Amino acid sequence: MSVDKETVAKIANLARIAVSEDELESTAGELNNILDWVEQLSEVDTDGVEPMTSVVAAALPRRVDEVTDGGYRDQVLKNAPASEHGFFAVPKVIE
Amino acid sequence: MTELTKLTLSAARDGLHNGDFTSAEITAEHLNAIDDAKELNTYIEVTSDQAMNMAASADAMIKDGNAKGMTGIPIGIKDLYCTKGVHSQSASHILDGFKPEYESTVTSNLWNDGAVMLGKTNMDEFAMGSSNENSYYGPVINPWRATGSDKNTVPGGSSGGSAAAVAADISIATTGTDTGGSIRQPASFTGLVGFKPTYGRCSRFGMIAFASSLDQAGPLTKTVRDAAIMMESMAGYDAKDSTSINVEVPNYEAALTGDIRGLKVGIPKEYHSDGMPAAIEKLWQQGIGWLKDAGAEIVDISLPHTKYALPTYYIVAPAECSSNLARYDGVKYGLRVAGDSLDDMYKNTRAAGFGDEVKRRILIGTYVLSAGYYDAYYLKAQRVRTLIADDFKSAYQKCDVILTPTAPSEAFNLGDKVSDPLAMYLNDVFTVPASLAGLPGISVPAGLSSDGLPLGLQLLGQAFGEEQLLNVADVLETAAGFNIKPAKWWGE
Repeated sequence: MSVDKETVAKIANLARIAVSEDELESTAGELNNILDWVEQLSEVDTDGVEPMTSVVAAALPRRVDEVTDGGYRDQVLKNAPASEHGFFAVPKVIE
Repeated sequence: MTELTKLTLSAARDGLHNGDFTSAEITAEHLNAIDDAKELNTYIEVTSDQAMNMAASADAMIKDGNAKGMTGIPIGIKDLYCTKGVHSQSASHILDGFKPEYESTVTSNLWNDGAVMLGKTNMDEFAMGSSNENSYYGPVINPWRATGSDKNTVPGGSSGGSAAAVAADISIATTGTDTGGSIRQPASFTGLVGFKPTYGRCSRFGMIAFASSLDQAGPLTKTVRDAAIMMESMAGYDAKDSTSINVEVPNYEAALTGDIRGLKVGIPKEYHSDGMPAAIEKLWQQGIGWLKDAGAEIVDISLPHTKYALPTYYIVAPAECSSNLARYDGVKYGLRVAGDSLDDMYKNTRAAGFGDEVKRRILIGTYVLSAGYYDAYYLKAQRVRTLIADDFKSAYQKCDVILTPTAPSEAFNLGDKVSDPLAMYLNDVFTVPASLAGLPGISVPAGLSSDGLPLGLQLLGQAFGEEQLLNVADVLETAAGFNIKPAKWWGE
């Protein structure tokens, strides 16, 4: 499996990173170097092997479903590049 | 600089407790030394006023008889930890101006015990790198240079600033984080002890995430005893991190008995690599001899999937990174670069805010998680990861700890590997397998390369086997007797 310019453009769009036309070719080369190298995993027989989900065997902790914390609107907004009326502000999305 | 900056953490603690000097004195000495070492670029931000205030509080704690191991000890904090109201950007441009409104659990634990923050240390952006050349704030310079050379070497990464700061005696100890070797490899490159505990030993709350199933906090220190003291303060269960484990934190220092008679030390045959420098192979053999002389039994073991650990890591870590770093969108914090639409604003912000290596990993991660490739790459890697963890489980049927080299080379020159990502990735060949298995590891300075640069040996332990691991590391450290410091070429 190898990626071409079109695939890089598609991934970059999914990742929401602007990549210029000039960079597509070199990026494809870099990604292919890495992907060719990880390809060696196909040598490993993993039939019947469960994928790792947690490195330490532990049950996820549970607690009663009740509000224990919160009410930090101003702190949450404090680092926002733009906020208005207690909300994050973004470029207009609806005409 | 005076002697207070040369102290180990344990000696500083004893001196503070005895009233030989105050935290204010030792903190001021370190702030002066930091000022003198600016060209190493170890600190991104120095918090002088805050440090002196914290030192005054620590001195009051000591006076009141409430001193703990870390009370009054000046330390540097990796920029990856959120510290309230203080620069916390994981050395990235995309978090420009971010000042957290909360404190990470690990740093909270340290401050509650009276530790003093000197500042935030430089690192590879979002902890992605093995040379500290990927920082938005520029590379960190290793205080160590090859014998007779005036060329700058790298301190390793990603905790390069944390490592260089301790090696240059401008911090008594520092916090680092280790995802695939980011504490242990820099420790090896700078002649320090670097300790990554078991996954889940420390809370990840308030640590800026890179790869959540691998990230773990740990200390960089001058000695194994120092690491034991600092880990006791950093570790512990935290309800705010569902992957932190509710196991009591022992007195790690008390575990340093010096007695390892009858202990079984495993030597994995797969860690012998063809290209390994002779000095490293020789040091490894010496390490085996030292532990044998101390009464340990040496056992040959096999970790058959070792060669697949790095490629597995370079699927799993980028996948998690692409997901974790999706939060940087120019909306909630940090940098925003305008665009014609919301989507363009996201894309422009992320293009301008992330460095090349971070973008590369996000793209790889996005690809391996995308429709049609998820099974072939991501699930496959997670299956191989199970096999790697199983290798260790089988090995620990035969041995108690494992001894290996920490890194396949000494510190290399600045700029040498920056254009070759794959060559850079190979730095972590000996540290990544234990990371994938969530196991604790520690690098102990053990000797010098033929060029006079430090080399570390790595000990790996069993899950939550930190006490035994530290005890063996202490014995190894004593036997190696490594007490060389870099010759000072920077500053006044």
